[in-house]
Amino acid sequence: MDVILLSRLQFAITTVYHFFFVPLTLGLSVLVALMESIYVSTGQEVYKRMAKFWGKLFVINFAMGVVTGIVQEFQFGMNWSEYSRFVGDIFGAPLAIEALLAFFLESTFLGVWIFGWEKLSKRAHATAIWLVAIGSNVSALWILIANSFMQQPVGYALSGGRAEMTDFFALVLNPNVWVQFPHVVMGGFVTAAFFVMGISAYHLVRKNEVDFFKRSFQMAAIMGAIGIIMVGLIGHSQAQHIVEVQPMKMAAAEALWNTEDPASFSLLTIGDLTQRREVFSIRLPRLLSLLAYNQLAGEVKGIYDLQNMYAAEYGPGDYIPPVAVIYWSFRIMVGAGVVLGLLALYALFMVMGDMLMVRPRALRLYSWALALPYLANTAGWMMTEMGRVPWVVYGLMKIEDAVSTTLSPAQVLITLLGFTLIYGALMVADVYLLMKFARKVPSEEMTASTDDEESLPSLIST
Amino acid sequence: MLDLNTLWFVLIAVLYSGFFVLEGFDFGVGILLPFISRAQEPQEVDRRRRMMINTIGPHWDGNEVWLLTAGGATFAAFPHWYATLFSGFYLALFLLLLALIVRGVAFEFRSKDANPKWRRLWDGAIFIGSALPALLLGVAFGNLVRGVPIDAEMNYVGGFFNLLNPYALLAGVTALVTFALHGAIFISLKTEGDLKVAASKAAQRLWLPTVILLLGLLTFTYFETDILARLGVNPGIVPLSGMAAILLAGYFIRRQREGWAFLMTALTILMTIATVFMILYPRVMISSLDASFSLTIYNASSSPYTLRVMSIIALTFVPVVLAYQAWSYWVFRKRLTVTSALEY
Repeated sequence: MDVILLSRLQFAITTVYHFFFVPLTLGLSVLVALMESIYVSTGQEVYKRMAKFWGKLFVINFAMGVVTGIVQEFQFGMNWSEYSRFVGDIFGAPLAIEALLAFFLESTFLGVWIFGWEKLSKRAHATAIWLVAIGSNVSALWILIANSFMQQPVGYALSGGRAEMTDFFALVLNPNVWVQFPHVVMGGFVTAAFFVMGISAYHLVRKNEVDFFKRSFQMAAIMGAIGIIMVGLIGHSQAQHIVEVQPMKMAAAEALWNTEDPASFSLLTIGDLTQRREVFSIRLPRLLSLLAYNQLAGEVKGIYDLQNMYAAEYGPGDYIPPVAVIYWSFRIMVGAGVVLGLLALYALFMVMGDMLMVRPRALRLYSWALALPYLANTAGWMMTEMGRVPWVVYGLMKIEDAVSTTLSPAQVLITLLGFTLIYGALMVADVYLLMKFARKVPSEEMTASTDDEESLPSLIST
Repeated sequence: MLDLNTLWFVLIAVLYSGFFVLEGFDFGVGILLPFISRAQEPQEVDRRRRMMINTIGPHWDGNEVWLLTAGGATFAAFPHWYATLFSGFYLALFLLLLALIVRGVAFEFRSKDANPKWRRLWDGAIFIGSALPALLLGVAFGNLVRGVPIDAEMNYVGGFFNLLNPYALLAGVTALVTFALHGAIFISLKTEGDLKVAASKAAQRLWLPTVILLLGLLTFTYFETDILARLGVNPGIVPLSGMAAILLAGYFIRRQREGWAFLMTALTILMTIATVFMILYPRVMISSLDASFSLTIYNASSSPYTLRVMSIIALTFVPVVLAYQAWSYWVFRKRLTVTSALEY
């Protein structure tokens, strides 16, 4: 194996892993902040307990997101130093801004929040968690501004063998940011909503602390329903945006080998990967044109034509990304999204009809559905990043030119194995703790830690 | 007149200074975790460790962001520095990352299960995760001032073991011991009772080795680097005032003036980092192969436009960050006592 392949594998593993934790942070911080704000404005103790219970799970998850995020910040330089040299003038800026505006904010105020229950006024304490929520979401904005440059380079000029920033505001206002960022944030809200619904359902089925978990489920159901509708709507504009700026990605996502007008939508396509052609396909006529342009006709370019176009524009080479991966990632993401949409609406329906306690079988479904947003999030990024192959910066730099030239395969193999092993072990510990605290009945938890907080034994037992 | 390249060089120096002064004491607390928590009763050991972690609990993550921001600022302002350094010190950085990963997780995880084996595992992670980065960062900075093989293409051409020369190793050990002292003083400043006594004792014991190591490192630096041959910047007064501060720290430790002692070790660290950056200036990575291959704040920098944009953003937000981080220290200014409720 060569340095490029190993480095790509390492980037994929560390990034996908990092993004297991990010979406929950984005959504759950907001949900916990809402809970605490309700507590502050109504004085109802149950919302304080909710903020503490979900806050504990938030912190466990947050820690994993933070530490795996450090790797992200460093590995552009470590494995992709040629990339860093080529785009550093542009790409480094949002990364530095992310650290300055977001990382400081979320880490400082999370510390204040965890340790400050007794030290701050109620209002100030609630403000701390809001600042954590704002910090996390601002962090997503800046890293997606960086990623958007890779998807759709704007506001730059080539000079002295590298891309240099010419317009900071063009970078920030990159049209790609404003479809990608809300899609990711809303995806995070959905992830958090199903996380809370899934765990609440677990307790409601067992009739643990019914009032506590009903309220939690309620809040999450509302967030989930709003979130998933937004995800769908934004996802639709995002797909249209991709047809426009990265036609190859959409053609691959649809396994559309030949240009069609009107274009059909693939329900199921089986292809021959070595020959790169379609073997069998069920397609719905005109639907792809409709999705792409909101009308029943319109040309959608196929993979073969795009390959020829790119070869003419950028010189001979292979411009076809791994079609099967993109095709299936897209379908897994959209499929999971549809199921989540139905579940979110049904959850809202149950909440409004006060039926949570009489439908245990339906409730159980939500404990299982907890996994679906994770599947959708991962698949979405697989499509986004793999769909850009062979480019690291679309149209500007290829992946093979981006890798560090000084590394040996052995070095990268060591780090790849090292990261994978430690990440695997941490996942076990993380899931163990999350399960442990998710299953804990909050009333027992609270009496143990609040009633005798001043006495010594609890210092040891908690 | 200060140009933007120099401004960013100074800003990155400030970020590293902030990082080492702040994370220095929380590395120190982690390094001391297994040692000054010794007691007869296992429960007492656990309580002391919990207290030690609680002294840095609200702060360590915010402290670590100084390093992340330094990394990000290096990328934004000096992309070639970022690229050469991070790809060149590849395996060392990998070890640093692993250490920081297990450390950060350990702080959050260790108290969430009462099983003694679970706690021992994460306490071990906190120790290694604090000691190893201290050592590695010392080695890295030692190599930065000493110079490393960099070719005409700005690529590091030495291997991993090239970094482990005696000078850099001495810098690593010095960092380790200095942070342990800094951490011991911090614990004695933030606690009361047995733990404070143990921390004060540790500080007294660590002081002399720290002085000897720092003196040795400084002497070695005059031979190993071009500190004396540098024109324009005089590095003499800065490292000497760092030495004066560490001597004064010894006086304050003995007089039980923890606040002053802490200020002095903070100054020592600050002056040491200042010395590093004064030796470097205007270079950011010194090539040991050919002086003309060195990366400087000019040949490694971003475009003037990017530097201008980033300057506006940094000068706007750095004061805000400083203000709220200082506020967070104010919130948790009280000493932890035996009766303090130890969160989570």
